[in-house]
Amino acid sequence: MSAVMDNERIDQIVAKHDGEPSSLIQVLLEIQSEHHWLPMDVLKRVSQKLQVPMTRIQHIATFYKAFSLVPKGSHEIHICVGTACHVRGAQRVLDMVEDMTGIKPGETDLDLKFSLETVNCLGCCALGPVMEIDGKTHGKMTPAETADVLKNYN
Amino acid sequence: MSEILLEIDGKEVKATAGMTILEAAQSVGISIPTLCHHEKLEPFGGCRLCTVEVEVRGRTRLVVSCVYPVEDGLVVRTRTEKVERIRKTILELLLAHAPDSFVLQDLAREYGADRDRYEKEASFCIHCGLCVRYCAEVKKKHAVGFIDRGSKKEICFIPEIAAEECWDCKECFPLCPTEALQAAFVLTLALTSPPPVADKTGS
Repeated sequence: MSAVMDNERIDQIVAKHDGEPSSLIQVLLEIQSEHHWLPMDVLKRVSQKLQVPMTRIQHIATFYKAFSLVPKGSHEIHICVGTACHVRGAQRVLDMVEDMTGIKPGETDLDLKFSLETVNCLGCCALGPVMEIDGKTHGKMTPAETADVLKNYN
Repeated sequence: MSEILLEIDGKEVKATAGMTILEAAQSVGISIPTLCHHEKLEPFGGCRLCTVEVEVRGRTRLVVSCVYPVEDGLVVRTRTEKVERIRKTILELLLAHAPDSFVLQDLAREYGADRDRYEKEASFCIHCGLCVRYCAEVKKKHAVGFIDRGSKKEICFIPEIAAEECWDCKECFPLCPTEALQAAFVLTLALTSPPPVADKTGS
């Protein structure tokens, strides 16, 4: 993953939405999913292209949790700590992930490989404790299984 | 424009379609307290202080007068016990954020609001959005905006724009119902602090 997203790609994404200012959130979401975060230069380009003031972009980018203004790892780990997962041992799964990646919730490792985040419910409580990596759900996790799953991501 | 007849505090008021209750009340000299309202700006409905009681077909409910359009036969009461109680609580909540605001203190005296009812969380900003909206709608500079959400929401200047535009303008400062200095403080901070870490790693 390159550190900077080139202007050409941003322009492509903007063009896909016909440069419509009301498509701001869609444009940002696409950049976020491709680049994993929203660097300042990218936001400035979007602001210019969509003719949306920077204040508005900042407001939206800081409002939604889906957007990140700091670099994220290429694999995003979400660990559910909702009530059901909590009572089924989410904390032990979380501890295991923290141990293996060396990062705490909200952090990203130095190689930009993993980002760790706790969430409050992933909507499949029967599978608790649940861990989600890059959108793929891993249910009924034990610390040992967690370690096995994590080893597959590089 | 069609004319609309309504009643505000027992007074017959003539208004035109598209007016808000607040505008209709002001046109006959009935004052409703506001914090986020400004005649040059689009209605915002942020502070809820202008809440009034309206009666339609015998039913009363509470509406925010600065965004509620007038209707024919509407009966509005601006100073009922319920309305006063709501305004008092709103003021008490706002005073937790900006305890030294003169505007708030004056209103608090009028409505008997206790400045110390809630634990202080002095952020000095009550999110009226006057500075943000004035900069965007009147000056069209977009130098200041909101960031974050909920209890962490705050105003934030864009340094690049602020450095160019704000020095000769500063028209948002006197609009601030809490402390004009707050805007100055945030502005200075934006202009003097180093660029955020995200900016450095992005290049």
